[in-house]
Amino acid sequence: MKKKNLLNRIFLYTIMLFLAVLFLFPMLWMLVSSFKNDVQIFRDMTSIQAFLPPMPGTVEGGFFQNYLMAFERVNLFRYILNSLIYTSGIIFFGLIVNSMAGYALARFEFPLRSFWLSVIIATLIIPPESIFLPLYVLVYDLGWVNTYTGLIVPFIANAFAIFLFRQFFLDFPREIEEAAKIDGCSQLGIFFRIIVPLSKPVFATVAIVLFINHWNDFLWPLVVANDDSMRTIQIGLQFFMNQPPVQWGQVMAALTVATVPMLVIFIFLQRYFVQGLTHTGSKN
Amino acid sequence: MARKKFRLKTREGREAVTGYLFLLPALILLTIFLLYPMATAFYYSLTDFYILRPNDINLVGLANFQMIFSDLEFRNALTNTLYFTILVVPIQISIALGLALLVNKNLKFKIFFRTAYFSPVVMSLVVVSILWTFMYNPNEGLINELLGVFGIPPQSFLTSPDQAMNSIIAMSVWQGAGFQMMIFLAGLQNIPKHLYEAADIDGASTFQKFLHVTLPGLRNVSMFIFITITIAAFKLLVQPMIMTQGGPLGSTKSLVYHIYEVGFNYRDVGYASAMAVVFTLMVFIITIIQRLVVKEERG
Repeated sequence: MKKKNLLNRIFLYTIMLFLAVLFLFPMLWMLVSSFKNDVQIFRDMTSIQAFLPPMPGTVEGGFFQNYLMAFERVNLFRYILNSLIYTSGIIFFGLIVNSMAGYALARFEFPLRSFWLSVIIATLIIPPESIFLPLYVLVYDLGWVNTYTGLIVPFIANAFAIFLFRQFFLDFPREIEEAAKIDGCSQLGIFFRIIVPLSKPVFATVAIVLFINHWNDFLWPLVVANDDSMRTIQIGLQFFMNQPPVQWGQVMAALTVATVPMLVIFIFLQRYFVQGLTHTGSKN
Repeated sequence: MARKKFRLKTREGREAVTGYLFLLPALILLTIFLLYPMATAFYYSLTDFYILRPNDINLVGLANFQMIFSDLEFRNALTNTLYFTILVVPIQISIALGLALLVNKNLKFKIFFRTAYFSPVVMSLVVVSILWTFMYNPNEGLINELLGVFGIPPQSFLTSPDQAMNSIIAMSVWQGAGFQMMIFLAGLQNIPKHLYEAADIDGASTFQKFLHVTLPGLRNVSMFIFITITIAAFKLLVQPMIMTQGGPLGSTKSLVYHIYEVGFNYRDVGYASAMAVVFTLMVFIITIIQRLVVKEERG
C-alpha cells in the first residue's frame, strides 16, 4: 500500500514538473534571450544554455545592450507611457463613474431602477469587436482620433464594473450611512468620504480588472491611435516586430519590457489580481 | 399598489433625483459609446457607406447581407473561426480542469506549480503571439530545434496552410488554460468537504468521487467557463493578425480579422458593418443556446 502511494507521488510530481516546464519555458526563454546577442540566441537553442543567462562579458556592448538598442530604435518609452496614461485614465474615471452607478442601483429608490439595471446587464452581451467601426466613425467625427480622449472616454463606463460595485454595495451595512446622514453629511459627501474609503477591496478588484483588460487591449488602440506618438505598447510591439532588420534579442527585450507592468501588479497585488480574475470568471 | 407620485419636495423625490444623478454619467457614456454605435452598425449595414466619401451615404436595403452569402472570403473566415472554436473550447477546458485538479491536491510546492501554470496569463496576447512566432520559426525556431534533439523532423508550423491554424490553437490553449484553471480551482474549493467524506464512507474510488462529487459540484463553474471560452474563441483576432496576417492561403483569416480588413483596409464600412451585424447575431445565438442548455441542466 505504502509503496504504491510513493510511486503514485513520484508519477504525479513528474507530470507536474513536466507541465511546469512546458508553461514556464517560453517566458524564461524570452527573459534570458533579451540579454543575449542573436548569435548566442541561435547557438544556445539546442542546449540547456537556451534557458541560462549569457556569461558576463560575452555580450558586446554590455548586458543591457538589447534594451538600450530597442529603446533607441523605436520609442518604447513613449509607448509604455501612452499605455500607462490610457489604462490609468480608464481606471481613474472608471472607478468614479461606475462606483457611483453601482451605488445608485444598490441603494437609491427611483423610477425605472430595475429597468436600467437590466439594460446595463444586457449591454454585457455586445461584443466590442462588433462596434469598433461605428465607434471609430463617431470618435473621428468628434475629432478624437490620435488623442488620449479618444482612447479613454469610450471605455470609462463599464457594465461589468457597475455590476461588481452594485453587488458589493448591496451587502454594505446601511447603519454607517444613516449615522452620517444624521450628522448632516450630503449624499455625495457620504459616498466619497465614507463609502469609498471603506470599500477598498472592491475598488482594488475593479481597478485590476480594468488594468488587465486595457493594458492588453489591441483592436481599439490599433484603429484609433495610428500616429507613432500615440501608439500603446501592444501596438508598438507589433510595429517593432515588423520593422526590418529584425533583431531577436531586441524584440525579446521589448517583449520583456511590455510584460513587466503586468508582472509587477501580479507580484505585489497577487490577492487582488486573482480575485479580479475569478470575479471576471463568475460574473453570472 | 397605486403608483406613488414623485415630487421633488418629498423624501422619495429627493432620493430619486440623487439616484439619477449618481447613475447618469455611466448611463450617458454607455448610451453614446455602446448603444449608439450598436444602432449605427445596424444602420450602416443597410447603406453603401464608404470612408472615402462620407457625405454620400445611400440606403441599399439588404444588398450587403445578400453579398455575404456569395462572399467566399467570408465563408472561409467563418469556417476558420468555427474550426478554431470547436477545437480550442474542449481542449482548453479539459487542460484547465486537469491543471486545477493537480494543483488542488495537497502536495508540496503547489503554489509554485500553480504560479507556473498561470504564468502565460501574465503576458499579453500580443507578447505571446510575437514570442511564439519566433518559437514556431521553421528554419531556426526554438521548437524545431528542440524537436531535432528528439530526432523529430522540422515542421513548417505557421508557414503551412495545414498546420498554421493548429499551431495558433496550441499556443492559444497554452496561453489561456492557466486563467480557467484559477476559476476551476475556486470552484473546487467551494465543493463541501463532507461530500467527499461521505463518499469515502461509502467506499467510493477516486474516479467515482470525481464522477459523482467533483463534476456535479463544478457544473455552474464549467458552464460559465464554457460560455466565456466559446465567445472569446469566436472573437479570434490578435493571434492571426500578428502571427500569420491571415495566411498562408487565408487558412488563419478569422471573422473579426476579415471585418477589420474590409472596414479599415478596403474602407467599405457598409459591407463590414453588415458582417459585424451577422457576427453579433452569432454571438447572441451562441449565448442563448448555451444559456438554455445551462437552464436545462440545472432543472
